[in-house]
Amino acid sequence: MSTSEKSGSTAVADPATKPAKPERPAVGPGSRRDGWIRRGPLLPALIFTIIVTQLPFLFTIYYSTQSWNLVNPGSQRFVGFENYVTVFTDSQFRGVALNSIVLTLGSVFIAMVLGLAVALLLNRTFPGRGVVRTLLITPFLITPVAGALIWQTVMFDPTYGLVNFVLGPFGAGTTDWISSFPRTAIVVALVWQWTPFMMLLILAGLGSQPQEVLEAARVDGATGFAVFREVTLPHLRRFIELGIVLGAIYLVNTFDTIYMMTQGGPGTASANLPFYIYQRAFLGFDIGQSAAMGVVTVIATIIVATLALRLIFRSFSAAEEV
Amino acid sequence: MTAVAERTRDESSEVVPRKKSNIGGSLLTVLAWIVGIGFFFPVFWMVLTAFKQERAAYTDPPTLFFTPTLDQFAAVFGGGITPYLLNSLFATVMSTVLVLLLGTPAAFALSLRQVKRTQDVLFFFISTKMLPIVAAIVPIYVVVNFIGALDNVWTLVVLYTAMNLPIAVWMMRSFFLEVPKELLEAASMDGASLWRSLREVVLPIISPGMAATGLICMIFAWNEFFFAVNLTAAQAATVPVYLVGFITSEGLYFASLCAAATVAALPVVIIGWIAQNKLVQGLSFGAVK
Repeated sequence: MSTSEKSGSTAVADPATKPAKPERPAVGPGSRRDGWIRRGPLLPALIFTIIVTQLPFLFTIYYSTQSWNLVNPGSQRFVGFENYVTVFTDSQFRGVALNSIVLTLGSVFIAMVLGLAVALLLNRTFPGRGVVRTLLITPFLITPVAGALIWQTVMFDPTYGLVNFVLGPFGAGTTDWISSFPRTAIVVALVWQWTPFMMLLILAGLGSQPQEVLEAARVDGATGFAVFREVTLPHLRRFIELGIVLGAIYLVNTFDTIYMMTQGGPGTASANLPFYIYQRAFLGFDIGQSAAMGVVTVIATIIVATLALRLIFRSFSAAEEV
Repeated sequence: MTAVAERTRDESSEVVPRKKSNIGGSLLTVLAWIVGIGFFFPVFWMVLTAFKQERAAYTDPPTLFFTPTLDQFAAVFGGGITPYLLNSLFATVMSTVLVLLLGTPAAFALSLRQVKRTQDVLFFFISTKMLPIVAAIVPIYVVVNFIGALDNVWTLVVLYTAMNLPIAVWMMRSFFLEVPKELLEAASMDGASLWRSLREVVLPIISPGMAATGLICMIFAWNEFFFAVNLTAAQAATVPVYLVGFITSEGLYFASLCAAATVAALPVVIIGWIAQNKLVQGLSFGAVK
């Protein structure tokens, strides 16, 4: 895709590579050969990505129009939109879709608020700043399966878990977090994992603040809080937006944490879309329906993510390359 | 400047030169340390528990002081984690090499060469990261099964390469854009061939970025679980799949579980500590430096 050469013009309107140096020699207009030489290095990666990531989706669309259960090998037949009707009338699917939204937005929002607070705390020179930063990013690095396993067992265990030990004075007793509050438990693990990412992003934003503006505001007699509200926060806005969008993109695909901590249970109380589709495909062997759910998920994601991403990356390349 | 120094207590959010004894500052320092240790504590507890006997791992209140033992690590390695570690290592290293081999030329074309419709291609790459992989798993499973590549570590190599390629392209591109154009022009004035100027001018500048890109791809590949658990079994399973065995176990197993989790997580934690300054750049597709 997008390598077709329709116009012979070399004036490529391209916001991301905007500082188009005028001294760049103008290549022969309409020279097809030159065009192919230029994009030659790009093609292997592009073709590989299209084959591995795009072809499966075409198959998914095809499968979604089939009634096909792997348990009955000869059962495959065309059913049109029947799978989609089933998906949209499936109350479990609606509950799981809602779970997906709640888990994703809840984790992203809390992680962003905490990440912002921690970043502000770390954005000053103090003894051991590097060590504290290193400690803080560790939850993000640790294999998510290992992290989830730790939360499921040594942290959230009703009797021997660390969480109930710490919350004991507040009357936690022997609360079984995993089975009584499965979604809360998952959000806790996800927030623990993703706060460091938000912190790093905000720290990068704080570091890129123009120092002269801060100085000027202080010389004008603005208090610390006023400087934060009037100068720092507007500057951080696009970093916060980027963090929310990226966090949502990564977190909406959460699978390992749910798989390890709750298996989507009890019932489907803590299942999100990826886990539910996985259950339908690999435990229910229902290829047609899980494909239809996949298509619905993809369409919903594309609508939300493309708009948000384009906007935010445009604002970044505009701000940085002026 | 004196006015600034007088107000430092309020300006906790800015890096400013501050007076030596500053109670507010000290409090914030202590708070920062508490937060850091708090976030790290589950990891610390995991490592600590890994050195316990199972008896010491099951106490209420939890035991902080005990005689450390390597029994659990011996059990983990004796219990057969090694093939999983080797599979993880192979899938991680091979996919990262492939990502760099495919991604570096692509990033070069999308930065210094200004291919037509660069923006569209870049957004195509990023859009593949937005598509929920779960929607592709069914056809991938069917195809992989059809060509007889289930439970084959090369299947993971191919999928991890595709998974990390968009990150690498965006990240490498942001490094290529930092190469001063004048340097390249000077080299071509001197009659250096494109290949030579790439090797002798561009490569030294981008190689730290390339290393960082590689490290970040390694973290993602090592941690990947979804493809591994669905497409592998006894032969090609990776370390995260090995950990699944612990959620079904009954009885006293906290300490051995922690030892296994420690062994599984240690490589990426170390890699991540090394690459921490480039972590944001990688995860934000090069948008944030």
